[in-house]
Amino acid sequence: MLLKDIDRSEKWLPGNAACPGCGLSLGMRLMAKAIEKPVVVIPASCASVVQGAWPKSSATFPLLNIAMAGAGAAASGIANAYEMLGKEGTVVAWAGDGGTADIGLQSLSGAAERGDNIIYIMYDNEAYMNTGIQRSGSTPHGAWTTTTPEGKREFKKDVSLIMLAHNIDYLATASVSYPTDFIEKLKKAQQHKGTKFIQLYSPCPPGWRIDSSKSIEVGRLAVQTGMWILYEYENRKLSISQISKPYADPKRRKPVKMYLSAQGRFSGISDDDVKEIETEIDKKWEFLSKFQ
Amino acid sequence: MATEVMTGSRSVAMAVKYAKPDIIAAYPITPQTEIVEDISTFIANKELSSKFIKVDSEHSAMSACIGASASGARTFTATSSHGLMYMAEAVYWAAHARLPMVMAVATRSLAAPWSILNEHTDFMIQHSSGWIQIMVEDNQEAFDTAVQAFRISEEEHVQLPVMLGLDGFILTHTSMPVSMPDAAEIDRLLGKRKSVFSLDQETPITLGNVIGAEHFMEHRYRIFEAMNNAKRVIADVDKEYAKISGRSYGLVDCYNCEDAEEVIITMGASSGDAKVASDRMRKEGIKCGVVRLRVMRPFPKEALLEALRGAKHISVVERALSVGIGNILAHEIKSALYDAGERPFVKGYIAGLGGRDITPDDYEKIAKSTMNMQSGDEWVNLKL
Amino acid sequence: MADEKDNYVKIEFDTKGIELSMPISKPDFGSGGKTNEWRIERPVIDQDKCIKCLLCWAFCPDSTIIRHDNDSVDINYDYCKGCGICANECPTKAITMKEEV
Repeated sequence: MLLKDIDRSEKWLPGNAACPGCGLSLGMRLMAKAIEKPVVVIPASCASVVQGAWPKSSATFPLLNIAMAGAGAAASGIANAYEMLGKEGTVVAWAGDGGTADIGLQSLSGAAERGDNIIYIMYDNEAYMNTGIQRSGSTPHGAWTTTTPEGKREFKKDVSLIMLAHNIDYLATASVSYPTDFIEKLKKAQQHKGTKFIQLYSPCPPGWRIDSSKSIEVGRLAVQTGMWILYEYENRKLSISQISKPYADPKRRKPVKMYLSAQGRFSGISDDDVKEIETEIDKKWEFLSKFQ
Repeated sequence: MATEVMTGSRSVAMAVKYAKPDIIAAYPITPQTEIVEDISTFIANKELSSKFIKVDSEHSAMSACIGASASGARTFTATSSHGLMYMAEAVYWAAHARLPMVMAVATRSLAAPWSILNEHTDFMIQHSSGWIQIMVEDNQEAFDTAVQAFRISEEEHVQLPVMLGLDGFILTHTSMPVSMPDAAEIDRLLGKRKSVFSLDQETPITLGNVIGAEHFMEHRYRIFEAMNNAKRVIADVDKEYAKISGRSYGLVDCYNCEDAEEVIITMGASSGDAKVASDRMRKEGIKCGVVRLRVMRPFPKEALLEALRGAKHISVVERALSVGIGNILAHEIKSALYDAGERPFVKGYIAGLGGRDITPDDYEKIAKSTMNMQSGDEWVNLKL
Repeated sequence: MADEKDNYVKIEFDTKGIELSMPISKPDFGSGGKTNEWRIERPVIDQDKCIKCLLCWAFCPDSTIIRHDNDSVDINYDYCKGCGICANECPTKAITMKEEV
């Protein structure tokens, strides 16, 4: 797919309340281009605010807001109701890492176990951004947040691997820095009938301490350093996406320090931390290779 | 008209079978379990074609119901005690999002310590949630009210969810004869759900996004108005249902209260025992009556004051407790009387917590004790 | 700058005023307010340098880059927040960020 092939219609209207350079806003815009008739559920998260204030909304598609822990369940409710009533639409849960990895994990797990016909997209800005940049289970090792001012000690909870264990019909990781890859994955997801999950890397300028113009660039570095691995799990087979394939080879990865030094949230990171992160990257690639 | 001897749980399940909701999402919790088990059996036997989402928790149950109702589906769930507490944020959400649905609450004590036995605290403390709340006295009323609840909830000028309370174990697990109108009559009464709004492609609304301080209160006021509308709607639906069933309940159940000077106010199944006690006292020449509060929200102030006219001493017996103040219902009753300039003597009684029985003897003692006019809440049968 | 061919989806429907009594909102521009007023800098396109690669259009988080039929682009200054992603990503440096007056 080429950029020019991306659908022209803009279903995500301008003038929303997102910060300049917001990864999730771009993600939502791209999702609405990939999915013809989305019906979206948004739990408490940045997206709840980004859609704007009553009586307006930046969404030209039906959208349900729900409490933070309920995205998976609310989406299930809509999907099942739509089926019973014969209504047209693709149900998409659009949740942050907080509302997925932590408080929302149970209801997502329930939906996946039942195989409810939803596409659950976890936009990952790696912290509880909406409440002012507090750490989440998805915050990476060494990152500054307001609740980890010394840098997070723990490593990132890998929600995609958790979803792998649910053996759902379709699973993928994606990034707003690679729009055609994200859109292609969404189109593939739509071809499956059960629960589909996509973890979408979404840079956050205020939370990551980067200039608003650098969101896409930092996203690219994440992939080029091997930190963020683009892959798919379909029909019980895991495959690394074309874009990420070169970075399976550590010698072809850009130095992790390039990714870390591009973001203010890693400014306090030590050399030991960097070594630990490099080891983690190697281990992650090795682990994924077992499923291929 | 068919009559079956069945438990309160089955009565509710049968009502659900007749109402034919599109979506049911529920999580089991004692003593509600038979309701969802019966519904599962109906669906498996193809007697009911609803989709039952076997959710992972009560919070997920209410969240799924919100999604379903917002999509225009007729929706049902059931829970109790801690299940109700776990879903509490979503309970509030559903009402304030103006989403019609029906939830049966099998009343049960709250922990700690654990008790699965009957108490009304779980139901009573949801009184600010925005849900219409109706508590029934017996299984017949449970069936009738559950059917009516869908109609009340979906009414255009109401658009609020309805919570049906039935005593855990006392009603849920006790069998009584229940007569059910014809399915066709119920179909005609309920019709198909006509949504005021729903999530669809032709009307791509956003439900529940941020609202500023300049507009929030007005939205709350509209819910308040809808609750007031509900008083009329509950009475209207009651009348319509009476035509197909021969039974009518009203907002408040007055048992010999017309000329009563000594009144016992109760809720739920225990009212039966209060009525036995009041009959006994009548034989002794005491003008006793029972006022059973059936509709808790909207608070039926007018109907209540009407029923309490002429009362001299009122015993408000509640199977619930609001720690720090006492009997919730007594405070609401006193408040209504105060506003009306009425000054009968009102005494609150805290009874039957954690499944402890309240007998007709207890009610007799209570009514006679109230005549001594010693103010302050009293705990019944406390063994210290 | 919303004209016939701006590709913004517009759906007309009547909510009969229920949004005044129920928490319903309708799709509209500027749900976050006048976001053009957030700008400190504005992107300016040198159309001569533009090669119509569409990278800026693909990466705009705010749908404020208008893609014309022939794949040339323009900025929707009514709502552009001036984030600078388009300028940063443009391979020919056709977009520069100029200080907002």
